[in-house]
Amino acid sequence: MSGFFALLAALLSGLALLGLFRATSLLRRILALNVLASALFLLLVTLAHTEAGLDPVPHAMVLTGIVVAVSTTAAALALILRATHSHHDESDP
Amino acid sequence: MSTFIIGFDLLLGAGLLWLAWQALFHPKPFAAVVHFMAFGLVMALVWVRLEALDIALAEAAIGTGVTGALLLAALGRLPNGATPRLALRPWQRPPVALALGVVLLLGLWLAWVAWQLPRPGLSAEVTAALPESGVRHPVTAVLLNLRALDTMLELAVMLGAVWLVWSLGPELRPYAPATALPGLPALTRLLHPLFLMVPAYLLWRGSHAPGGAFPAGAVLGAGGVLLLLADAVPWMQRPDRQPLLRLLLSTGLVLFLGLALGGLLLTGTFFAIPVAIAALAILVVEVAAALSIALMLMACYLYGEPGR
Repeated sequence: MSGFFALLAALLSGLALLGLFRATSLLRRILALNVLASALFLLLVTLAHTEAGLDPVPHAMVLTGIVVAVSTTAAALALILRATHSHHDESDP
Repeated sequence: MSTFIIGFDLLLGAGLLWLAWQALFHPKPFAAVVHFMAFGLVMALVWVRLEALDIALAEAAIGTGVTGALLLAALGRLPNGATPRLALRPWQRPPVALALGVVLLLGLWLAWVAWQLPRPGLSAEVTAALPESGVRHPVTAVLLNLRALDTMLELAVMLGAVWLVWSLGPELRPYAPATALPGLPALTRLLHPLFLMVPAYLLWRGSHAPGGAFPAGAVLGAGGVLLLLADAVPWMQRPDRQPLLRLLLSTGLVLFLGLALGGLLLTGTFFAIPVAIAALAILVVEVAAALSIALMLMACYLYGEPGR
């Protein structure tokens, strides 16, 4: 089972990297980064299944990671919005 | 039963891959964002399948709810002209294909190596330290006592993101669909008790079962974004309430820092919480962190500094 989810994480991260490099719009790039983050979280949580039982440390890391990912997304979106807005103001005064 | 579970896993995996493909390569940005939100929901099911219930709760509220709201709000404000597509020249195609193939192979190799790694894990150590941490749920113990420094730094990262977003200029007024959708304020009023009760329950649960500050803050923040949409929190935009808002935003981080310095004074070690007061201290910090996380998610949704 853990092998299946590790493979899924690998495929998702490959897909996300493909999307990240092929993206033409910045919004799509943010989506790709979020998918990449989800894939890495999936790998971490899959690796948390050990012989000795569930390891809570990767779970805590992923919880903090989700919150950091949403902060990064908000900051990046705000930057994109400001960039396009100032562009608009210059083009039609 | 096991064939049913294998089939369910295969269905989840195929659904995730298809939704990720649609989110990354669908020609319309709106459809891509909606597919990404569905991706988050299916991901929450995967977390349940992997016995990571804390992460499932946080992913459903943050990964789908708040990130989706942020993306949709940004999408409505972006100019919807088609971005010029960069066409590859013929000589560029082989190196690009080569690079993509290498990336895919590296990804698979990484997964294989990660799977082969010896993984003793830290579950034995965490279980041994659990009686001294003040809570009975291992994930909460790691987050708020054993590795509290990580959690504090994560709150600092979030506060930094709010700082960056606010420093870019005055807020972009959230669209107030209240006039176009008269049902929205009524719906918000109906749902609001639920948005207060669920985080309170999750916070209380956090000490002994999946739950805690992160899912609670995420649900509270998602409810707060709905309130912002219905224009029901005017105090956030009032200039005379700005010091209070800033105080509440930083409460989680300040209390965490106080806990760390208090541990330094009492025991001589940074972030060492005495066992006798650990349960109470963790509860106080959790409430403050949940409030701060909720308000910081709302503050990010404003896309600028309010009251300026």
